[in-house]
Amino acid sequence: MILDRIRDVVEVDPDINLSRRQFLSASAALGGGLLIGFIAGRSIGAAGAAEKAADEPFAPNAFIRIDPNSQVTLTMPYVEMGQGTYTSIPMLIAEELEVDLKQVRLEHAPPNEKLYANPLLGVQATGNSNAVRGAWQPLRQAGATARTMLVAAAAKRWNVDPASCRAQSGEVTHSPTGKKIKYGDLAADAARMPVPESVVLKRPADFKLIGTPAKRLDIPSKVNGTAAYGIDARPPGVKIATLAQSPVFGGRVKSVDDAAAKAVKGVRQIVRLDDCVAVVADHMGAAKKGLAALKIEWDDGPHAKLNTNDVAAELEKATLNSGPVAQNIGDADKALASAVTKVEAIYEVPFLAHATMEPMNCTVHVRKDGCEIWVGNQAIARCQAAAAKITGLPLEKVVLHNHLIGGGFGRRLESDGVARAVQIAQQVDGPVKVVWTREEDIQHDMYRPYFFDRISAGLDEKGKPVAWNHRFAGSSIIARWLPPGFNNGLDADTTEGAVDLVYALPNLHVEYVRVEPPGIPTAFWRSVGPSHNVFVTESFIDELAAAAKQDPVAYRRALLDQAPRAKAVLELAAEKAGWGQPLPERVGRGVSLQFVFATYMAQVAEVEVSKDGAVRVRRVVCAVDCGTVVNPDTVRAQIQSAIIFGVTAALHGEITLKDGRVEQSNFHDYQMLRINETPTIEVYIVNSTEPPGGMGEAGTSAIVPAVTNAIFAATGKRLRKPPVDTAALKEV
Amino acid sequence: MAFTIRVNGKTHSVDVDDDTPMLWVLRDVLGMTGTKFGCGRALCGACTIHLDGKPVRSCITPVSAAVGKRITTIEAIGATTAGKRIQQAWIELEVPQCGYCQSGQIMSAAALLAANPNPTDRDIDGAMSGNICRCGTYVRIRAGIKRAAHAATSAKKGA
Repeated sequence: MILDRIRDVVEVDPDINLSRRQFLSASAALGGGLLIGFIAGRSIGAAGAAEKAADEPFAPNAFIRIDPNSQVTLTMPYVEMGQGTYTSIPMLIAEELEVDLKQVRLEHAPPNEKLYANPLLGVQATGNSNAVRGAWQPLRQAGATARTMLVAAAAKRWNVDPASCRAQSGEVTHSPTGKKIKYGDLAADAARMPVPESVVLKRPADFKLIGTPAKRLDIPSKVNGTAAYGIDARPPGVKIATLAQSPVFGGRVKSVDDAAAKAVKGVRQIVRLDDCVAVVADHMGAAKKGLAALKIEWDDGPHAKLNTNDVAAELEKATLNSGPVAQNIGDADKALASAVTKVEAIYEVPFLAHATMEPMNCTVHVRKDGCEIWVGNQAIARCQAAAAKITGLPLEKVVLHNHLIGGGFGRRLESDGVARAVQIAQQVDGPVKVVWTREEDIQHDMYRPYFFDRISAGLDEKGKPVAWNHRFAGSSIIARWLPPGFNNGLDADTTEGAVDLVYALPNLHVEYVRVEPPGIPTAFWRSVGPSHNVFVTESFIDELAAAAKQDPVAYRRALLDQAPRAKAVLELAAEKAGWGQPLPERVGRGVSLQFVFATYMAQVAEVEVSKDGAVRVRRVVCAVDCGTVVNPDTVRAQIQSAIIFGVTAALHGEITLKDGRVEQSNFHDYQMLRINETPTIEVYIVNSTEPPGGMGEAGTSAIVPAVTNAIFAATGKRLRKPPVDTAALKEV
Repeated sequence: MAFTIRVNGKTHSVDVDDDTPMLWVLRDVLGMTGTKFGCGRALCGACTIHLDGKPVRSCITPVSAAVGKRITTIEAIGATTAGKRIQQAWIELEVPQCGYCQSGQIMSAAALLAANPNPTDRDIDGAMSGNICRCGTYVRIRAGIKRAAHAATSAKKGA
């Protein structure tokens, strides 16, 4: 049956457990409609048990299930947060399985590290622009394995050579006779075929789906209000809570006067935790009113006097001494000593909030014998573990329903919001949805770390860089989030974009000093390590071009003889942008080039600086080589998106601390780019048959230096610390 | 106290304080979750609904101010000509990404198109700059409004 709207048919099941999994399912209905709703999903093992053997589904692995009615269900180990995974990942499977996209329906994978771990991270998480990269081999293999078994089952039934059969559009055809049989009719037989040890993947020339624009399966539900995000979960009897957490990180509740709050119509309960007070009510309007009526006295704790400058000073100090060596090529010190010209600079990047449009929220029902959670999260196994730890329940007693995500950007790789909601729900009889206000969301984010960089280079008589010395200090997210990934004081994320430059630099030395700032938590933020490193390195290479009195594109190109893919995107972006063509006064072009997330990208930003210093990004041209393109329109969409995200950071983004408190609170003082400030964006994709590179984040790290380099071109002012300081750009 | 309001043609009675924002009446009392919470202070536009066809931010619109008005939400905007065209253009151009802000974007765009069948870029800036999209779908939002306007013009010419 085809439904045309979201159906929320969850019923609270007192005997809920993992053998009777309930999934949030997103199904592509005929005609492109998407169904998203909770359904009582039959687990692979349990489904057949109550049914006759002939009705058995064919489920050769954890990703594919084909029911006797030919319904193909794909279980998505990666979450959909706008980046198009719910289309690109099915494309990989469907390509090899030989089914049309409209024949498949999707289910969120349940938490299960064994079955659904991201092969590039080792844990079940969607991040670091690696969903397609991680899925590229295994999920095509999963599809090919299933297809091979279906063909073998058909050949056996017809008593013919499997080589004389072919699979197409969910059917197996015997080519010589034209006999056909649907996958569903083969399901029971296929389930009994031996799993082939190896399968042959299709040649790129035979791809029908990969590389061809596919309509995103989640779009129809996102234009009529039916798409279900975590914040939309409404289990029967749910109450709504909102909260105030200690305004200073590490502070505690000293006292609460809740008399006025309790008198608010619709307020049901005040929950007090060590460092947080929550108001539980019939609706969020009452909860917010109740929260405003609370009189809370806080013990601010050890960080009561912390200011951003204190953090910056500590980082600056840390860069005075050497740290673990992240990269060493040649002898940078020696080469620098004999260089003709020396250039040195200090760069800093600020704390940044994620500000996802869907504020943090989580719905929890804690019972004596189980815990049920409704949330949208990038790392649900982590959330399940956090809830199990707090409640003392075994993992399998924590049932988690994942949802569409109203903006992730790294914020929802964390389980803090789930943990907080579970703590509150432990004191509430029945399900409670904890919704953070925007103020709470911005002031209790986990932030893109502040970094402080010292960088220097030596040029020879022709201006060519012969030495490059870079040392920086700041937080390592990996050290906290994925400790095995942090070794000898280093991790691959914090240094990405600093240690693997595309340029031929004969003497390169990079050191990273880990400093965890007190009193402010840090986390992954869209474009992660490169969000910092590419800004520094691409600004600095621009400084070297200026010191050598050379054109920034020509200067870079001369260092790319060993990097043909990098050179190609640089040349393409420059050509399409009209690099070198005259521009009006106080308008400039800036370029950036990077190889991060396994993707080559060059951007040219065209920026106008008014006499009062206001900056407008007018146009951005992006050339990208991300290897094999799975869904071309999604690549374009992700680059458009990532550029806006980065321009927002370049022009507006800064979180500051005063007296231990985050000073920004909502979109008036933590501003987002708006439509009237949006540049035209052109994206050019280089054809390639290389394995796919990441696409979700590369556009963000590339745009920030392109903008500041363009400001330099327009005004002669070099900005070494975002966001743009308009006062410094005023014409005097 | 109880208020009688008319949402998408249906009459509801809700028992809440008179200053309760319409956003929470819709989402938490009536269970209509298509309208989204973004900021609570009319800074982002995610909660946009129509009162008598005019876009308002439901997060700061008290229920008392909606009494007697025709309230339209994302769930029913497809029943209007402008709303239907905007939704169609959004699907054709694949405007949404995470999609969370798009209810508000569509409500603002539909109101613009209903009032102004041929909006200029400046008109679009004026009507849409109150709606934040963190995924940065602005390029496609602009193109979507133009496509919907073009569809309207073409339909008129054909008639």
